[in-house]
Amino acid sequence: MDARAPGISPGRITEEDIARNFSDLHPPFAPHEAAVAADRCYFCYDAPCITACPTAIDIPLFIRQIQAGHPENAAETILDANILGGMCARVCPTEELCEEACVREMAEGKPVEIGRLQRYATDTLMASGRHPFTRAPATGKSIAVVGAGPAGLACAHRLAMHGHDVTLYDAKPQPGGLNEYGIAAYKTPDDFAQEEVDWLLKIGGIALKTEHALGQQITLGALREAHDAVFLGIGLSGVNALRATGEDKDGTRDAVDFIADLRQSEDLTQLPVGRNVVVIGGGMTAVDAAVQSKLLGAETVTIAYRRDQSRMSASRYEQDLAASKGVRLMFNVQPKAIHGNGAVREIELEYTAQTDAGLTPTGETLRLAADQIFRAIGQRLDGAPDGLTLDGNKIAVDAAGRTSLDGVWAGGDCAAGGNDLTVTAVAEGRDAAESIHVALTV
Amino acid sequence: MADLTTDFVGIKSPNPFWLASAPPTDKEYNVRRAFEAGWGGVVWKTLGEEGPPVVNVNGPRYGAIYGADRRLLGLNNIELITDRPLQTNLDEIKIVKRDFPDRAMVVSLMVPCEEGAWKAILPRVEETGADGIELNFGCPHGMSERGMGSAVGQVPEYIEMVTRWCKQNTRMPVIVKLTPNITDIRKPAEAAHRGGADAVSLINTINSITSVDLDLMAPEPTIDGKGSHGGYCGPAVKPIALSMVSEIARNAETHGLPISGIGGVTTWRDAAEFIALGCGTVQVCTAAMTYGFKIVEEMTAGLSIYLDEKDLSLPDLVGRAVPNVTDWQHLNLNYVTKARIDQDACIKCGRCYAACEDTSHQAISIGEGRVFEVIDAECVACNLCVDVCPVENCITMEELAPGTVDPRTGKTVEADYANWTTHPNNPAARAAE
Repeated sequence: MDARAPGISPGRITEEDIARNFSDLHPPFAPHEAAVAADRCYFCYDAPCITACPTAIDIPLFIRQIQAGHPENAAETILDANILGGMCARVCPTEELCEEACVREMAEGKPVEIGRLQRYATDTLMASGRHPFTRAPATGKSIAVVGAGPAGLACAHRLAMHGHDVTLYDAKPQPGGLNEYGIAAYKTPDDFAQEEVDWLLKIGGIALKTEHALGQQITLGALREAHDAVFLGIGLSGVNALRATGEDKDGTRDAVDFIADLRQSEDLTQLPVGRNVVVIGGGMTAVDAAVQSKLLGAETVTIAYRRDQSRMSASRYEQDLAASKGVRLMFNVQPKAIHGNGAVREIELEYTAQTDAGLTPTGETLRLAADQIFRAIGQRLDGAPDGLTLDGNKIAVDAAGRTSLDGVWAGGDCAAGGNDLTVTAVAEGRDAAESIHVALTV
Repeated sequence: MADLTTDFVGIKSPNPFWLASAPPTDKEYNVRRAFEAGWGGVVWKTLGEEGPPVVNVNGPRYGAIYGADRRLLGLNNIELITDRPLQTNLDEIKIVKRDFPDRAMVVSLMVPCEEGAWKAILPRVEETGADGIELNFGCPHGMSERGMGSAVGQVPEYIEMVTRWCKQNTRMPVIVKLTPNITDIRKPAEAAHRGGADAVSLINTINSITSVDLDLMAPEPTIDGKGSHGGYCGPAVKPIALSMVSEIARNAETHGLPISGIGGVTTWRDAAEFIALGCGTVQVCTAAMTYGFKIVEEMTAGLSIYLDEKDLSLPDLVGRAVPNVTDWQHLNLNYVTKARIDQDACIKCGRCYAACEDTSHQAISIGEGRVFEVIDAECVACNLCVDVCPVENCITMEELAPGTVDPRTGKTVEADYANWTTHPNNPAARAAE
């Protein structure tokens, strides 16, 4: 073990520290804690928390069900609206959604802990192994769902429930999408993402085909011919470039790849990380990469964001989490050049100012020691099939998720609109399924 | 610091906080700890007649009702009177009274409804140096099946008879403890008064089943698959106790009869309320059984602070609220109020709206941005919105000044007091004309 080994190196901290660092960010409630937390809910009329939830979970009802001693029933209330309620309980920025809307947030700055209560309910049900949803009589219709991320899983489950047969394709070896490859490990420890997918598939009627990438093993044209409808939940596989000189030097990579490696790693003590890490970006991916670098033992970790703090898309809670783990947050700086002889040694950042002409560099620069640089400045849609109308650089959809192609729906991050949150992807997948169901049966 | 010294029917104590006759006062060890903690007095757990003592069940004796975070709100018990030999109790009473001469030592008694039984026990209690006796006519479980406890307390004639026997056979002050398991608390109080009681104490516990075990299909606490009703006490019973105390305090026949208040006293404030309704002392049990004896420190300090703030002496407080307890028919019907919602304090939960819209008078509107407002033309001032609002003082009742028009009735609010007895809708009022 060498904490200060130069370059990108594994084993900076002990196995015990790794285990502690990557344990559950929000440990689950014990039953009494859940009862006390549930008791704080006021059961608001037309509750603001429901409105704030992209999947519109009946939050006061499920909390009352916990209070009344039926957490599994509470879970059914949750899952009925959001089949990935277990993951959402872990990864939702509740501080910007339901818990921000909670009247007790307004009253005391201490909202009902909706996220943790949701996890208590869904964990209880999943631990029982029971899958409470059943399939309607078979319709004889078949639907291809492309992408086994949150949107695709939600869509597939709802379609299966309605009695349709679903083939669920995913390019990666494991289903789950960003839940499996793109979220910080401490938010979903103990292989929860796969457990949740396994549990979800218990509905039946969903044939999972992994390592089937659109445009490679499968094509939209062939899917449209073979199935009655197609849902695209293919996410955003492209990563934006930095546009700084020296970007090709060793040690510079996409944050999403680092996070995916981390999530797939069997032994985090063997996962290499830089001694001095700089993350470029201001979203959740930037925070997840930065925090996990620090937790792996990087000596210094800096998030460099080109605009001011108020524009940062990572929530204040996430920013504070990063700061509490020792990540330095820098604002109004953008990469100008990456220096080093073959491998990265330093990054040169330039200060920016928001002017009437937009964001402009000021000419003032600084250099930070860096042996690893992560790009986290956003993902973009890569390889959208031909024939689909785009809106901006995403697939154009109507309110029900219909694309410009007959019989093709889309949802999740790849579709225009929305906010790139897991919970929003679930809502879009679910709603598209309802739309497909109506289109195929009515 | 206000002087909390109490003289209750000649029984002196350094403060009005006594421990009620119950498990905490069953033996020397507990009572010593209580006195060391600062309790003003105790009513020693009920003694029975000489002979083999009663036995208790060997399964659970208590059941509970909880509020949030397992806060104990109500306790139910099926324990009987002391199950220790009479002489053991008497010896301990004597020794504790000797060591704590400034504390009130009252002994609770329950023997069969025969004069001989009372005649036999009274001198033995007197011999301990105890300050007084309390007749247990209240226990609703077990002993009542044997013709004692509430079986006596439910028959005013028995109360009067036994009280008279006691007064005739002891110099000690006699306090009669009343059961709430009757329809009109004034009748047993009057009977005690006629029998010569120096004071009454109330309430004893209320017949109750705390809950039903839905797996065993048996009441709780459950003894080998069966349960029987017990006696309910604790914070949940306080409103019942306050009402019963007030009935006795304002009843012409019993007005002025000293009362020792019992029923859910948990903090100094509860005690002050009982005292304001006419109690000279209060007795505590559940709060001590929940939190231990140390709570008396908060109680004495709190009552003292309150008296100082109000510039009252303890005797000044006794019965001070009694004149304001009246019958419904005498309430002022010209007192008109409307609910007012403080928009700055409102957290927009909408509970007032749901309560009023679903279950009351449709007198609250919900506007853009979840703004809740009272519709004066519908508001009958029922107070439900105030009661369900989670924010204290967010919703209040505002009096309409005389001369203004109540938009609900279209009538001008009159300054004069008027009640049901003279209301034109009252058939009795018309008949009287």
